[in-house]
Amino acid sequence: MTELMSPALWMILGALLIALTRGQVRNAVIFAIPLVTLWSVWQVADGVAGTIGFLEFAIEPVEGSPVRRLFATVFSIMAFLGGLYAFKTARWAELSAAFAYAAGAIGVCFAGDLITFFVYWEFMALFSTVIVWCGGTPSARAAGIRYAIMHFLGGVILKIGIVGVVFTTGSIQIEAMLAEDFFTTMILIGVLINAAAPPVSAWLSDAYPESSATGSVFLSAFTTKTAVLALILLFPGEPILKWVGMYMIMYGIIFALLENDARRILAYSIVNQVGFMVVAVGIGTEMALNGAAAHAFAHIIYKALLFMSAGVVLYRTGFSRCTDLGGLFRTMPVTCIMGIIGALSISSFPLTSGFTTKSMISQAAVDENLFMVYMVLTAASAGVFLHAGIKFPWFVFFQKDSGLRPKDAPWNMALAMGGCAFICILLGVAPGLIYQLLPYPVEYHPYSTYKVLFYLQLLLFSGLAFFVLLPLMKRTVTISLDTDWLWRKLGMQILVIGQVLFHVFGRVVDGLLASSARFGSYFALRYLGNPLAEDSEEKSVFSSSWSIGTTALWISVLLSAYAVAFYI
Amino acid sequence: MDIQPEDQHWLVRPSTIRKLWIGGIAILALTVLAQIFIPIKGYFGADDWFAFGSVYGFGTCALMVVFAKALGFVLKRSEGFYDPGEELDGSAKTPESDQKSDQEANS
Repeated sequence: MTELMSPALWMILGALLIALTRGQVRNAVIFAIPLVTLWSVWQVADGVAGTIGFLEFAIEPVEGSPVRRLFATVFSIMAFLGGLYAFKTARWAELSAAFAYAAGAIGVCFAGDLITFFVYWEFMALFSTVIVWCGGTPSARAAGIRYAIMHFLGGVILKIGIVGVVFTTGSIQIEAMLAEDFFTTMILIGVLINAAAPPVSAWLSDAYPESSATGSVFLSAFTTKTAVLALILLFPGEPILKWVGMYMIMYGIIFALLENDARRILAYSIVNQVGFMVVAVGIGTEMALNGAAAHAFAHIIYKALLFMSAGVVLYRTGFSRCTDLGGLFRTMPVTCIMGIIGALSISSFPLTSGFTTKSMISQAAVDENLFMVYMVLTAASAGVFLHAGIKFPWFVFFQKDSGLRPKDAPWNMALAMGGCAFICILLGVAPGLIYQLLPYPVEYHPYSTYKVLFYLQLLLFSGLAFFVLLPLMKRTVTISLDTDWLWRKLGMQILVIGQVLFHVFGRVVDGLLASSARFGSYFALRYLGNPLAEDSEEKSVFSSSWSIGTTALWISVLLSAYAVAFYI
Repeated sequence: MDIQPEDQHWLVRPSTIRKLWIGGIAILALTVLAQIFIPIKGYFGADDWFAFGSVYGFGTCALMVVFAKALGFVLKRSEGFYDPGEELDGSAKTPESDQKSDQEANS
């Protein structure tokens, strides 16, 4: 029976205990539960652990495989490091929701059937919304509502697809498919919404920066990467994903270049990085899927490191806009160095995890002779250095002197950042550690001399472009319109116009009814008379008193007419 | 009153910045010249020429910056565009409010 217990249940227990305990006991729970979960993840053997009957279906709550364990491992690590980062400052509700959110992500990792998958998927949507709300500001509450609507809408679309696939195939198994009919397409759309794919990528940059300094660390880790795992399991080799991914890559870069808010820059770069993974799943070869999985692992860690760095700045200064920041390297050297390590990792600099993992995806494009995909990925690698690798640390820690002299990170935040930075460099210098965990055997050597030299040329000249074109990137206190304009502005205006139209329609109907009533009243008084009038002449023909003889005559005439009509 | 260079942090003094530029340009030149000794073989022919990585890295980034700048003229709006009534002080949360709420939560 214990083999049917998903490791996610440990995190659910942790979420409950965080809510029920206080002080040191709660801290112990925050540190111990992710480690127990990590241990539990590595107890899951390959294959289906067992089934439970539900309606006429055989539910498989736990199914193990290398790629599932890989994602669950990094989710557990992130729950631990996120907990370490947040435990001193985050509200208990945020920490509890974060653990429940992580439970959803780990549950999805080991879900052997579409029903279990869907339940944990919605679990994530529910508790990630709570984390956005824990931002505590009016704009966080509004963003949380928009986030929830988007994710529950995605859940409905996913549910339509799952129900359709189950009814048409009779199977609830999670197995590779292509978006070839309506229901499989619905599943793909439902998953892609969580991956922040177009046209709804804006939900991510709308919601994540509104969360608290600690909440964004958790949010950056789970939802989009769970979607990547779902794509690896359900849609490997789906051709449309190459195009979707390439759009996401370029979208992330361009919007991050336009952005002024440091955490929103990082949010856009999540879309950019997930785009690499989506392209890899679209390529669909063993090398590509290995690349997607490895890159997801590395990305979760370095993105968390970047959000931690930005979070410390927000926590210490209260600001996250580039126009308010600058020159913080003077008093925040630890946070600055950690941010730079994260920035180098996301930029795929040699000796960092980004280099050893992301380059696998480019290699997969080369192996499949996909010229355009390779060129886009290469340009995007340069673009990542531009928008995240340099822009983020430059505008936050260097550029002008903002005059701010905040203290550096508290010890727990520094330790969590150090843990992330250590993993970033470890996977960069010893990539074999992650390669051995990948779903397929790896025959890839990232550190050939010419490859290192090529990437150095690419990235360093990208850096030169940044400083040469710096005047074009002067920060302004602005936001950029995105597709969320459709539902935040156009949708709202359509609602307002609809409200006005209904109001006008109501007034017109009221007017017509009043006119009809007046006309009817006039007509009745004019031709039928007023029964309440004293004067018999005003009572008119139907309202005046008639003699009994006249009345009897009329009745006999009407009855005769009826009898004649009946016989005719 | 202007801050004297010697009062500035050493990293932002004009002399340091000049040295950083010189050092940076030297490293850039080295990465290109190193290709003489370490041939970089392209995969598709079109990426096979000398200093391709440098030119492609600089060129695509310049294009992205210019494109983003042009797009900014169309897409950029004031921060209060969606929520005109929202206070625009730039601070999502202050550390004081964080700590206060934490104390409230833990009490």
